Amino acid sequence: MSSVEEIVGRADALYHDLEFGSVKRWREAHGGAKAVGYLPIWVPRELIDAAGMLPVGLMGGRGLIEIIRGDAWFQSYICQIPRSTIELALTGRLDAIDGFLFPSICDVIRNLSGMWKVMFPQKYVRYVDVPQNYDSAVGGRFFEGELRHLWNDLKKLSGTDPGDDAIRASIARYNANRRAIGDLMALRSEQPWRVPTWEAYLVLFAGNVLPVDEHTAMVREYIAAARAADRPRRDNARVVVTGSFCEQPPLGLLKTLELAGCYVVADDLALGRRWPDADVDETGEPLHALSEGFLKHSPPTAARYEPDGDRGAPLVQLVKRTRAEGVVLAAPSFCDPALLEQPILQDSLDAAKVPWTAFKYSESLGQFQVIREQAGTFADSIKLWSEA
Amino acid sequence: MSEPDPKAAGAVKDASMIKQKEMIAGHFSALSRAKESGKKVVYTFVPGNLTELLHAFDVLPVYPEINALQSGMRKKSGAYITEAERLGHSEDVCTYVKCDIGMLKAGNIGPTGEKLPEPDLLLLSYTGCFTFMKWFELLKREYHCPVAMLHVPYQGDGEFTPAMRDYVVDQLRTEVIPKLEQITGKKLDEAKLEEALARSSVAEDDLVWVLESAKNKPSPIDAYFGGVYYIGPIFTAFRGTDLAVDYYRTLRAEVQQRLDLGLGPLTPEGEMKNERYRLVVEGPPNWTSFNEFWKMFADEGAVVVASSYTKVGGMYDAGFRHDPTRPLETLAEYCAGCYTNLNLPSRISMLEKYVREYSADGLLINSVKSCNSFSAGQLMILREVEQRTGVPGGFIETDLVDPRYFSAANVKNRIESYLQMIEQKRRNAGARVSVQVPAAVAPKTRLAVLP
Ligand code: SF4
Ligand code: SF4
Repeated sequence: MSSVEEIVGRADALYHDLEFGSVKRWREAHGGAKAVGYLPIWVPRELIDAAGMLPVGLMGGRGLIEIIRGDAWFQSYICQIPRSTIELALTGRLDAIDGFLFPSICDVIRNLSGMWKVMFPQKYVRYVDVPQNYDSAVGGRFFEGELRHLWNDLKKLSGTDPGDDAIRASIARYNANRRAIGDLMALRSEQPWRVPTWEAYLVLFAGNVLPVDEHTAMVREYIAAARAADRPRRDNARVVVTGSFCEQPPLGLLKTLELAGCYVVADDLALGRRWPDADVDETGEPLHALSEGFLKHSPPTAARYEPDGDRGAPLVQLVKRTRAEGVVLAAPSFCDPALLEQPILQDSLDAAKVPWTAFKYSESLGQFQVIREQAGTFADSIKLWSEA
Repeated sequence: MSEPDPKAAGAVKDASMIKQKEMIAGHFSALSRAKESGKKVVYTFVPGNLTELLHAFDVLPVYPEINALQSGMRKKSGAYITEAERLGHSEDVCTYVKCDIGMLKAGNIGPTGEKLPEPDLLLLSYTGCFTFMKWFELLKREYHCPVAMLHVPYQGDGEFTPAMRDYVVDQLRTEVIPKLEQITGKKLDEAKLEEALARSSVAEDDLVWVLESAKNKPSPIDAYFGGVYYIGPIFTAFRGTDLAVDYYRTLRAEVQQRLDLGLGPLTPEGEMKNERYRLVVEGPPNWTSFNEFWKMFADEGAVVVASSYTKVGGMYDAGFRHDPTRPLETLAEYCAGCYTNLNLPSRISMLEKYVREYSADGLLINSVKSCNSFSAGQLMILREVEQRTGVPGGFIETDLVDPRYFSAANVKNRIESYLQMIEQKRRNAGARVSVQVPAAVAPKTRLAVLP
């Protein structure tokens, strides 16, 4: 059995590989098969996989590249992820990716889809709209049509013509992957001292570039290794981190939170890896199944309309479910979806008497001292309250 | 999109302005009496608004964006925004939202000094901007009234497909109309809706005629600063009413008269006598220093001949008209066609067309900090339009209603530099000129000439 260090080392290498070497190797090993990139939060990766292509999650530059050209395309008040994504493309790092999907998440990624069409006309580009109406007969009907369009496009891009069974098989692979991730998250929530968040995150992140089965195996291996590892249990505060579903905080920030005395027992980092949060039907009409998975089992998040109640309620429920003692509202600077709803989340947490703290980050943040102090004070105060 | 300010129009007050002022006063007065008159009130947004449908139910619309811009013009927005930030709203987000929340906390007094009634329904027309959804999530907590969501798909591939239209129509049938029926206690009066749509189309013809009058030299109108007054009635509560038909008929006659007399547009200081520069402008205006901003152009003889902002509430000049024979379909198509629901390639093509058809000397982008829907990608738009048309592009940064982001000296400086660049280009007879002003010199108001 591999050790935690070995598995995390592999995941770490993928995280740091901004040349997407693993994607290039996959293509070579698969006779030049194509790769399709997608931005946060969620696209139906099953369709890319079923068309015989590699889905590649594009999650910015992780603060690992210097943004030189990307800044020339965006005003100072726009978040980092579009600039680092453009930087990656303009420096040739995304050359091995043939198609790009831009999900419906916010106006920035939406407009980035149009920029891509103009700037990279040789690539396949599609804006993946998702319904904000969750009635199967209304939003579902629309979404199935969108999925059919996407499926036809992807088949054309791959030059293959697989049938519905290929999608069903792919749904089964992704269900297995999401179940493995669910187990990892459950272990982390139950025994956070065994699963440092930055490790879990690296393992999760590896799913951006690895073929799905390989990733599932990695997650399972990590769970086994983490269970077996002898790690000291600290008296840390149990916290939920939320707001980090799109532009990702740098790894250093996640390490800082733990060093400051927080066990992260739930988060929305790389949320698309855990979406939907229940199995998709593997037996019926597959596009309908994917649509229903989205309509009925999407995790609550800022970019998604909440028809009943308000946006604060699911967060309070999550806190209760995970027995968290506080919430860290960590949003990227200039992130409209995350920042606009923060007052709602704060009110709901106050009403439920859940302590919270809030800060903003960018993927290129390099100094963590201020956050360390803030998170440390927060963790200490939680301890004091719980003792009182 | 607001109450005409006589000062803004110089000494001359046209009949259309007086008419618009009366229309607005009447609307806010009706709103202030809504509870006693038993009228239901619906809050909704300008892009993708369903005003004809609201008229068919005899309910009164309130547009929070309009309240915000009015607060900006009345110099109240700064305090409202500060209050919202004090309550925990981020400094990074759209200032319309914060201005609205601040106004609400200060008693929700509307532009005419009367209190706005609380909504009976929040009609969330999710067209062209994600912030709308978050905005009404915030208001939902304040008002505890039902919300009707109308999700209008984005034209990501540059088209509104029949499947998208059907999706919007389905939502009108199953979500929006039932909720309007529920709050009003009456069934949709289809004949009333069709009549309103027919009136919309008449007014739309006249609006297009007015906007296209700017193709003349000199232009009899300013299609940005003046344009925001012209679009006011049709983008808001009056589309589909006789009042709007009458307003646009009057406006058209006035503009015809200016054309016949060879007059330039009205500006804050009266008529512009010498049209020196013809510009296309992309992006919303700044409202906190609206007249000052306008004057910076007018003083230099710069007239805006076409603008994208005057298309946020409908792309009538591209041929769209409300069609009473297909009531719900036409509403769906209207919603989908609003400017910020178009993809960037379509926006570029539209601006390129404006530069050519309106014989413009340049494209100027006013990039507002608040609005990612407009702003994300504007630097690419600028580069593309410049490359395709050969006219110089200019770039300034301000905000909608946050006075902290309007630095008059910098903006003026940038506009003057930009106009000089056009002048230089004229002198050089076609030689490409570009000026680079380091961002560090003026972070908030940069005349960028392309990455
Ligand atoms: S970080 Fe926020 S604003 Fe930026 S692209 Fe992602 S969701 Fe949009
Ligand atoms: S982000 Fe732009 S379109 Fe959206 S509410 Fe604000 S100003 Fe309006």
